Amino acid sequence: MESLDLQPARSVDTHGHGHDHHDDHDHEEGTFLTKYIFSQDHKVIAKQFLISGIFWAIIGGTLSSIFRIQLGFPGTDLSFLKPILGGWIEDGKLNPEFYLAMVTMHGTIMVFFVLTAGLSGTFSNFLIPLQIGARDMASGFLNMLSYWFFFASSVIMLWSLFIETGPASGGWVIYPPLSALPQAAPGSGTGMTMWLFAMALFIVSSLLGSINYVSTVINMRTKGMTFTRLPLTIWAFFFTAIIGILSFPVLLSAALLLMFDRSMGTSFYLSEIYINGEALPNMGGSPILFQHLFWFLGHPEVYIVLLPALGITSEVIAVNSRKPIFGYKAMIGSIMAITLLSFIVWAHHMFVTGMNPFLGSIFMFLTLIIAIPSAVKAFNYITTLWRGNLVFTPGMLFSIGLVSFFISGGLTGVALGNSAIDIQLHDTYFVVAHFHLVMGSASFFGMVAGVYHWFPKMFGRMMNEKLGYIHFWMTFIGVYCVFFPLHYTGIAGFPRRYYSFTSYDAFKSFGDLNAFVSVAAFVTFVAQFIFIFNFFYSIFRGRRAPMNPWRANTLEWTTPIHPGHGNWVGEIPHVYRWPYDYSKPGADEDFIMQTIPFAQTSSSNLEGEVDLVEETTSVKSHA
Amino acid sequence: MFYLIIAATVLLLIVFGLLVRAQVLIDIFTKSSESRGGLSNKINGLMFPLFFVFGLAGFIYLTVSSRKDYLPDSASIHGVITDHLFWVTMGVITVVFIATHVLLFFFPYVYQYKEGNKALFYPVNHRLEFIWTVIPAIVLSLLVFTGWKAWSDITKAAPKDAVVVELVGKQFNWLVRYPGLDKELGKHNYRKIDELNSVGIDFADKNSFDDFMAGEVHIPVNKPVLFKIRARDVLHSVFAPHFRVKMDAVPGMPTHFWFVPTITSSEMKAKLGKPDFTYEIACTEVCGSGHFGMRMRLVVDDEDEFDAWIKSQQSFLAKNPDYLKKVPDNLKKLAEQSIEDNLKSSKTTALSELQEKLITKAF
Repeated sequence: MESLDLQPARSVDTHGHGHDHHDDHDHEEGTFLTKYIFSQDHKVIAKQFLISGIFWAIIGGTLSSIFRIQLGFPGTDLSFLKPILGGWIEDGKLNPEFYLAMVTMHGTIMVFFVLTAGLSGTFSNFLIPLQIGARDMASGFLNMLSYWFFFASSVIMLWSLFIETGPASGGWVIYPPLSALPQAAPGSGTGMTMWLFAMALFIVSSLLGSINYVSTVINMRTKGMTFTRLPLTIWAFFFTAIIGILSFPVLLSAALLLMFDRSMGTSFYLSEIYINGEALPNMGGSPILFQHLFWFLGHPEVYIVLLPALGITSEVIAVNSRKPIFGYKAMIGSIMAITLLSFIVWAHHMFVTGMNPFLGSIFMFLTLIIAIPSAVKAFNYITTLWRGNLVFTPGMLFSIGLVSFFISGGLTGVALGNSAIDIQLHDTYFVVAHFHLVMGSASFFGMVAGVYHWFPKMFGRMMNEKLGYIHFWMTFIGVYCVFFPLHYTGIAGFPRRYYSFTSYDAFKSFGDLNAFVSVAAFVTFVAQFIFIFNFFYSIFRGRRAPMNPWRANTLEWTTPIHPGHGNWVGEIPHVYRWPYDYSKPGADEDFIMQTIPFAQTSSSNLEGEVDLVEETTSVKSHA
Repeated sequence: MFYLIIAATVLLLIVFGLLVRAQVLIDIFTKSSESRGGLSNKINGLMFPLFFVFGLAGFIYLTVSSRKDYLPDSASIHGVITDHLFWVTMGVITVVFIATHVLLFFFPYVYQYKEGNKALFYPVNHRLEFIWTVIPAIVLSLLVFTGWKAWSDITKAAPKDAVVVELVGKQFNWLVRYPGLDKELGKHNYRKIDELNSVGIDFADKNSFDDFMAGEVHIPVNKPVLFKIRARDVLHSVFAPHFRVKMDAVPGMPTHFWFVPTITSSEMKAKLGKPDFTYEIACTEVCGSGHFGMRMRLVVDDEDEFDAWIKSQQSFLAKNPDYLKKVPDNLKKLAEQSIEDNLKSSKTTALSELQEKLITKAF
């Protein structure tokens, strides 16, 4: 930490000024096409990601609502879905192959298109330049490419939903040989090919974005913005991008080898297979190899979606508690620890795949270590609330909700990470409940909290608070009603990805509970339309936002209400302090913005900060 | 119909929009959104503890009311151990879950915004952070250590005298092969698979002569049982919920799982009071559209029943003498002998079983 401290931010001066001129020019004369479609402004790109993310979330949510009908009310006449699903409804019944396809696409869409692109894409893009004091990303052009690669990927993935053989259907983990052999399932034909192409483009998009985020954070911080003065949001986005850069290429290689196996007759993952009355010639491949490669991304991916949400929560909770985040450096430390550990726990998804049990023991140890930094984060959030002066904006409510999901979902991870216990729980609804809480719902809440909190900066208007409250309480209660009961069916051994449980004695119970879960899921899904209404309505008709509606310290609130391309009119502000000077004893207000020098706050300066008064005056004179 | 739905949606949206507009106007009029500690803030602050109380009640209700439905009785030795570990872990995490949520949900009520209050400037406390880093570390180490011990015991090599059963997964059912009286499974080769020889028995290996296929899995109680697991086409996973057994079936890579069943099927029927109870094997690795239908019955016999059952089974060769052609010439004699022995034994046991049944009926 200390060594980072010593490095002053590189001068943005010359760089920034050059941009300044050019960008203002851009802003005035850009056509509709360059301003809203092929824009290089990070704020516009962020909104593009956000709106695409919302679109995908609706699709992903719709899919889950349809398969929840099947799970909650098996045997219901589904003929009324014929207009949407067409031939996939046979005699009023959902086709089991399409059930799996929907489960697969729900997972793929939610994990990658909503919680990776929609979350990182939106908030890393939007907040990094605004909160570190930069005119734009390091490369606006690569940033634009990042969105359009994502768009192309989205088109292919969406298209695959409508082809005759259906989309990919082997689960979002697409384990071969099922995904490698078109004769094993209809979805493993064209649907799988499109899935792989879409994901390859997605990975390109993600890499372009991540490289940009990292280089922007390292090189383009404004004067005085040392690493230890960065808001925790930026720390989280920074490490998320690093995880992405290191792990997504591995998924690409896994996908590439799978493409070779599918179409070029190689045997990376295939060996000794007899299918449809035919013994295939492939020998010597290993399906386990794919699982290792997949989870080498797959597990870090959990943190790719979770860390940004935790970063957003850190900021929103501090602002609305009117308190500094508790243990700022411990928070950074735990993000670092989680980043590091996220790369060495992947095989806990594979305890019972036939992997050497000794490896299982190692990964059990490593997995449970990752619980420690996570616990530190949870405790720090709670302590931040303690003796605060809490303002319940919708963003704050969703952040508290996130902490709750993070705890309840994270705790069950302690059971799952234990390989002896995992024997029974692996691939049951216990796992479904666990990751939907800790990764799905928590990250989703972080994303929604971010939208409520930064909406005024994005659109210059406020979202409706009352609708936000209703949205929060319906969603928060709804999510618990959906996922808490699933732990019980999981403990009872109900396997996931089952079309129906009726043929088993062991899985006959819990019919009522499953119906309850389905109803809760429908209600929760419908509640999201309150948010969508609020979002689009407020863009046009929301109340006009003041410059700093939440009385926050960070730099984005020093920009004009409608910041143009280049963010600040005139010089980029200097930064003199960390972002969490809330309710400082001796200060007049309950917040001191990062741009206020210590020389102006002599009544509230702490002991160590007296020396900084000089630093600030010298910076001033230099400037 | 379709247009009606669209019209209704549009109408609903307009009404909703108007209501929101009216609410905003009222807000502006009453200035309620200008103060940070208004009524909404109080209601939200109160909702958290209320949610906690009702949530906890629901949690307790669900846990008590569905008690009989979750975690079926364990019928294996290691299952009792892992169940114990599971419930200890659940106990620990439930305590943490409730304790953290008391704080998380009551703080919003206690520390909600009050005009004139100032939050405590409290950025760091190293001792506190140290404590809550070390305590989870200790608790987790204990849990990991006990888990690791159980895991090593479960995954160590199976005893030599274990009863071997081969389970082969295919789309969409399980195939079961027993080694027969010689207790050695014959070799297999996926290129030898055909309509009848569904697991690819290699008849060049003399151990295969008395191997037999079964329609359901029979295992003896209180004896180590070794499942040798394979897959023919895609990944599958053997899951026997009552025995806490789960292991993937991987094409090209045989896997295994051994355990000791402790409760026979008939004992379990009596224990549960369900005369039609049966143990089951399910598939837990998605394998295609029939994934949910890969059910296989499993019967735990006492020792005598099991021996009798084994003896009564006809070997694959005895059932399908055509496959004698695939036996190399030098082993043909041995194979024929094996068929003869098998037929003799399976007929007599079948006969004696019949007699036994008649006798018990007569009484």
